[in-house]
Amino acid sequence: MAEFTLKVNGTKYKVEAAADTPLLWILRDHLGLTGAKYGCGIGQCGTCTVHIDGEAMRSCALPVSAIGKAPVITIEGLSSKNGEHPVQEAWHEVDVPQCGYCQTGQIMSAAALLKKNPSPSDADINTAMAGNICRCGTYNRIREAIHVAAKKIKS
Amino acid sequence: MSTPNIHFDRRSFLKVSATAGGGMLVGLSWTASAAELDEALPADPITFNAFVKISPDGIVTLMSPNPEVGQNIKTAMPMLVAEELDCDWTKVMVEQAGLDSTKYTRQVAGGSGSIPASWKPLRTAGATARQMLINAAAKRWSVSPAECSTDLGVVMHKASGKKATYGELATEAATMEVPKDVSLKAVKDFKIIGKSLKAVDNKKVFNGKQEFGFDFKREGMLYCVVARPPAFGMKIKTLNDARAKSMPGIAQVLRFGNKVAVLGKSTWEVLKARERLSIEWEVDTKLESTADHDAKMAELLTKPLEKPQRKDGDALAKFEGAHKVLESTFEGPFLPHAPMEPMNFFAHVKEDSAELIGSTQNPGSALRAAAQVTGLPENKISVMMTRMGGGFGRRLNSDFVSEVVEISKLAKAPVKLMWTREDDMTGGIYRPAAHYLYRAALDAQGNIIGFHARGAGLNVGNPLRENNFPAGALTDYLAEGHNHQSNITTGPWRAPVHNFLAFAEQSFLDEIAIATGKDPVQMRLDLLTQAEKSPVGTVPYKIDRFRNTIELAAKKANWGKAPAGVFQGFSAYFSFNTYVAQVVEVTVEAGQPKIKRVVCAVDCGVVVNPEHARNQIEGGMVDGIGHAMFGQLTFKDGTPEQSNFDTYRIIRMADTPPIEVHFVENELDPTGLGEPTLPPISAALGNAIFRATGIRLRKQPFSQNGIKNA
Repeated sequence: MAEFTLKVNGTKYKVEAAADTPLLWILRDHLGLTGAKYGCGIGQCGTCTVHIDGEAMRSCALPVSAIGKAPVITIEGLSSKNGEHPVQEAWHEVDVPQCGYCQTGQIMSAAALLKKNPSPSDADINTAMAGNICRCGTYNRIREAIHVAAKKIKS
Repeated sequence: MSTPNIHFDRRSFLKVSATAGGGMLVGLSWTASAAELDEALPADPITFNAFVKISPDGIVTLMSPNPEVGQNIKTAMPMLVAEELDCDWTKVMVEQAGLDSTKYTRQVAGGSGSIPASWKPLRTAGATARQMLINAAAKRWSVSPAECSTDLGVVMHKASGKKATYGELATEAATMEVPKDVSLKAVKDFKIIGKSLKAVDNKKVFNGKQEFGFDFKREGMLYCVVARPPAFGMKIKTLNDARAKSMPGIAQVLRFGNKVAVLGKSTWEVLKARERLSIEWEVDTKLESTADHDAKMAELLTKPLEKPQRKDGDALAKFEGAHKVLESTFEGPFLPHAPMEPMNFFAHVKEDSAELIGSTQNPGSALRAAAQVTGLPENKISVMMTRMGGGFGRRLNSDFVSEVVEISKLAKAPVKLMWTREDDMTGGIYRPAAHYLYRAALDAQGNIIGFHARGAGLNVGNPLRENNFPAGALTDYLAEGHNHQSNITTGPWRAPVHNFLAFAEQSFLDEIAIATGKDPVQMRLDLLTQAEKSPVGTVPYKIDRFRNTIELAAKKANWGKAPAGVFQGFSAYFSFNTYVAQVVEVTVEAGQPKIKRVVCAVDCGVVVNPEHARNQIEGGMVDGIGHAMFGQLTFKDGTPEQSNFDTYRIIRMADTPPIEVHFVENELDPTGLGEPTLPPISAALGNAIFRATGIRLRKQPFSQNGIKNA
């Protein structure tokens, strides 16, 4: 067991955990932030996606000891206005979800993409979202919502 | 730890009902009216019936009784009630009901049945509450109820100009006698049904606040994972749990049956401790491999069945001396369900009661499983459904509920059981593997004079749907299906049996069309005409609805007129009382087929929420294409050879084609929609690939046949 200081959604937390504990379980079990989901545990499905230093990362396969001082943003902290990030608004406009379990991870991947590439093509989106599975098959809606969000961010 | 943000206190409801006396049990088990229940309540929402509560401030609370698995039922069911209640949707709050057989029927997310089964009862619930509001207003104004009308949560009396909101009337209205006969709106008068209203939980889903079963926590609960046999047919020989028990954070290690539960303070700690269990396994029954399964099904396909599922005329005789005989065999593998949220559940078993909370498509089954394990009477067990991260049929089973109930009982503690992805994929309950032999006897003109379908599946029950089209159109038709027992556990998987059967059937019809030089669409239409003019036996499908759906898909896809280099495949299928016809268009790029477009026509009667309906339809087809392309679970000596998304490929965004959806417009009662578009799509794809490449696909996944990119 060791103590780690994490900066999550702008707040500093001290957590005591084994060094190999994946960030996902720190967020979920220790900090009560359950927006990042468990889907595979091996970084294959993207339901656990968070931003670390602005990069979309799979928190299920990332040990807490590797985070260091890098700021972590989870879905709970994506918008300062509680769910009104342009990507979240676009998701609502397109009414994307079915079960919704993967969508927080999809939104985090999409937000990271749009930060780097404000006008992504379909191909850019396919590439950036390749790590996020939606078992319900809402992919076309996700792609459409990313285009809607891109327009919102620009205007 | 946070406290749970869902709450359903079934016992307090029962207590209140009991003090209210007999209540008014009409039709849907209405609860007694709220004013009778408790004088302390008027500030709170006033209960009209099991579905409707109205607060004095005009907020309408609608109860959604069925589990939400992504079909957006938590939006659709309240829409049915709100339509007839004539309330203002912007003032509606939706609450998930827990399992309660005294108030609700069929609290199941399965069989594409939630909307069909609730179409009349839920509208009646809304109309009944509306009539009580009208009656209260009429009494207050001393006018006839027949002179009053409603709109957007207001009762009006036109002659006098009097108006009252539902909120103002709620207290009085709830004391009115419950009307026995209420009339329902005509389809043309719908204001809410037929609108693409947004899903009611969107905001929570998008900001991470939505609680799924996996997210549920209770102060003092123990996290739990279970070690299960590594292969079907194995059992524990010896167990040494000393190292696991000594790991940090571990509270208990419990053996139950051939499983070992590890309980502790956090997810990661129980996962690590499970790895430290020393378990020696031994063979209990037989260790089966995919090669054994394939050989068994191939053998069964050579054998007639003594009592066929359907026999019209004498098909076998027609094969003797037929001008031409076509024969094809189709092979479908086991599939895991792989919902994004793996199995998990919370249980707290006490001396005299038990509480269950989690992701289930079938809370009634969860209740019965818990009653069986604990011996408690069913009325001492409560079940609350959380939103589910998918199910696809997996959560109709309650094996994981039985597990956690057993563990909580042994541990004497509240327990949250989680399955890892590997547990979920290797832990059993799969889409059964099945093989099919299809044969057609043809005359010199290319007419089908004899038709023979023979199926063989593993723990599938009946592998056929023997009344499927073209049954009904053919004088000589034989359907016979074998079931073989295996120790690989199976269960319903989205559109059970149909999900692969439709591929075999609709691919074979395409083969017949090609062999006889007919257009696949026209051949189906001709067979339908044949079934209309000279019906043979009984069939479940309606000829005109099937025909309209096929014609709509053909028209919208510009069937038969694809530009050069674009190849079309067709498929049409009836299941869950819904009619589906699909055209897939492929091109060939770098020697590989690539889907350019999917066009789907659907007749599911009245569409409650068009955008959510489209989402289901699209999702069904993406699911069908994905599994046809990539899905297979194989076994070696009883052990599944795929265990996570690195070895089990799920369709991703780049593989997903553009999809067009068209509804056959009518005013008929709604039919199922969660499943019917999945079964035929892989045949439409396979038929298009044949046109494009000359490769006839008869085995799934297609990726095993050298097809990579479709």
